[in-house]
Amino acid sequence: MKRIALLGMPNTGKSTFFNRITGASARVGNWPGVTIDLMGAKVIMGGEMVEVVDLPGIYDLHGFSDDEQVVRHFLENNAIDLALIILNSCQLDRQLSLALQLKQLNLPCLLLLNMADEAKRFGVTVDADKMSQQLDLPVMMMSAKYGEGYKPAFDAITHALRNAQPVMPQQMHDKLAADDAIEQQMEQVLKSAVQIPPRLSDDLTTKLDRVMLHPWLGLPIFFGVMYLLFQAIFLLGKPLQDGINWALLAFKDGALVPLLASAPAWVSGLLIDGIYNGVGTVAAFVPIIVLFFLFMAIVEDTGYLSRAAFLMDALMARMGLDGRSFVMLLLGFGCNVPALMGTRVMRSRALRLLTMLVIPLSLCSARLQVFLFISAAIFSPKAAPLVLFSLYLMSFATALLTALIFKRRLVSHEPFVLEMPPYRFPTLRQMVLRGWHEVRHFLNRASKFIVAGVVLVWLLTHFPAGVAPGSSATWAGQIGAWMAPILDPVGINNQLAIALIFGFVAKEIVIGSLAVIYGMEGAALSQHMAGSLDWVQAYSFMLFTLIYTPCLSTIATLKSESKSLRYVAMALAWSLGLAWVVSFVFYQTARALGY
Amino acid sequence: MSTLANLKPGQSGIIQAIHSEQALYYRLAAMGFRIGKKIEVVRSARFAGPLHVRVGSTDIMLRRNEAQHIELAA
Repeated sequence: MKRIALLGMPNTGKSTFFNRITGASARVGNWPGVTIDLMGAKVIMGGEMVEVVDLPGIYDLHGFSDDEQVVRHFLENNAIDLALIILNSCQLDRQLSLALQLKQLNLPCLLLLNMADEAKRFGVTVDADKMSQQLDLPVMMMSAKYGEGYKPAFDAITHALRNAQPVMPQQMHDKLAADDAIEQQMEQVLKSAVQIPPRLSDDLTTKLDRVMLHPWLGLPIFFGVMYLLFQAIFLLGKPLQDGINWALLAFKDGALVPLLASAPAWVSGLLIDGIYNGVGTVAAFVPIIVLFFLFMAIVEDTGYLSRAAFLMDALMARMGLDGRSFVMLLLGFGCNVPALMGTRVMRSRALRLLTMLVIPLSLCSARLQVFLFISAAIFSPKAAPLVLFSLYLMSFATALLTALIFKRRLVSHEPFVLEMPPYRFPTLRQMVLRGWHEVRHFLNRASKFIVAGVVLVWLLTHFPAGVAPGSSATWAGQIGAWMAPILDPVGINNQLAIALIFGFVAKEIVIGSLAVIYGMEGAALSQHMAGSLDWVQAYSFMLFTLIYTPCLSTIATLKSESKSLRYVAMALAWSLGLAWVVSFVFYQTARALGY
Repeated sequence: MSTLANLKPGQSGIIQAIHSEQALYYRLAAMGFRIGKKIEVVRSARFAGPLHVRVGSTDIMLRRNEAQHIELAA
């Protein structure tokens, strides 16, 4: 099978092009370094099956960061029939060097000048034919985002592929020596084929930056924008969540219960009280999570994250981190796993390890479900948003505290140099793809972890045979009693302890397992919990859930990214200890104050 | 020696030399920092935060620490 590799500098639209050509939904964002793993997909081109591989963006082939190593390793170990070099049309003055470096490897190349739409906006004109002559390469202009010029580009790729001979670049390093020649050739090509106005006329970005990066207002605006986004998510998501809850209940009472009426009690118990209640309680949060990721994707795509890095770098530097760490922390609010992988753009190992230590403290969307559920059940509608807000603050505070404590052991002198892309607007297509991606991700997790988790919880709370379900005689009760000496001082009772154990696998299981433990779902569960827990216990439980341990996938990623078991063990021991101390201090202080 | 770190927002200069370790040198070169190019400081962040600079068609942020390594023509 023939193989095409997509190569280019960060944030030039490789993944957008990849999605267009393969119909996949690789993660895209207006932030340099979004592709963190190799993505491959098979496509039919000119009647042949072809594998397309999306490589992480690199500045040059001499790089020393992990993502640049990934690309080198790939080129040194895989036969490639065609290298598609994707460049940002507006930045040809500096990006052309990468194309020339790649051409020197004797790879069959095709040059795609992407973001033709933006080039037009900026007044950059490119004579593709002239450039093609000079470089002796096919050159095509296109906009991967809007699809303009895509069809001719596709045909050119098919054509180039038909004639291409695969190349095994073995002594790439030697060939890369002649940098001076590249510099000269680049000047020549640019001078004759590209016209760039002396000053780019992107008024919109300049005007927006004047406000968004204002010396005093920049940070307040940033937090204001984040606050409004969260408000919008809940405002739009709540009715959808209520609707799903209502539909799930109607389906259960109208169809499921009559259908299983004649089945043995344990079968209907397992299916309805176990799987249906457990998964249903979690599923009701899907609309909020989808909205959450949709809004995150918009922020990511607009280029605002780089501005956040700019605004926060001074503060982060005092914690031994940098602006990129802050952006990863923000991305961690969606899901910790891609945020951890995003740290690959950092070259200093100490900085990477320190950033990876604080990311798991980000209040991710799975933890958000737990807090939404419990705060809505225990607190008044007025107080619940404040409770949620306080947990976000706690998440930041624990991350900063962790960095402050560990920065002396993980010292880095990594330079901080980062591009600021112009503001861009995501297309509807990109947003829909992203939303769908999250739904699929959830269904994937649901089918793997959540069903298995709630079934296990059901078994633990209903066996050994003959004991009253959920009583202290069940296995769950016994485990809870065994853990009581540790968890009683922080106000976490036996039932909640079981939920915590399963939260280690995935936080979504926490509310799913609460539904199973109490044998109820939705509104009934909320009411029951409000009756059996007071707010001090509930808040202490939420604090503990926030800090104690990230989910299993996050821990696995920590291990694979750090390649150190000792580091992972240390990270876990630290967060478990911190969770207990924070909950203990809160719980005992609140009780001492008479609450 | 006049460096990028001495410039105030709105001021610009011509890059004369880049004194940095190899890895950073390559990265800066790939981002468009080349000898003889004009560089402008657009703004600087509060609390001694990073500088927002413009080289050619690209906007870049970098810390004052890194800016000290970039020597400008007098």
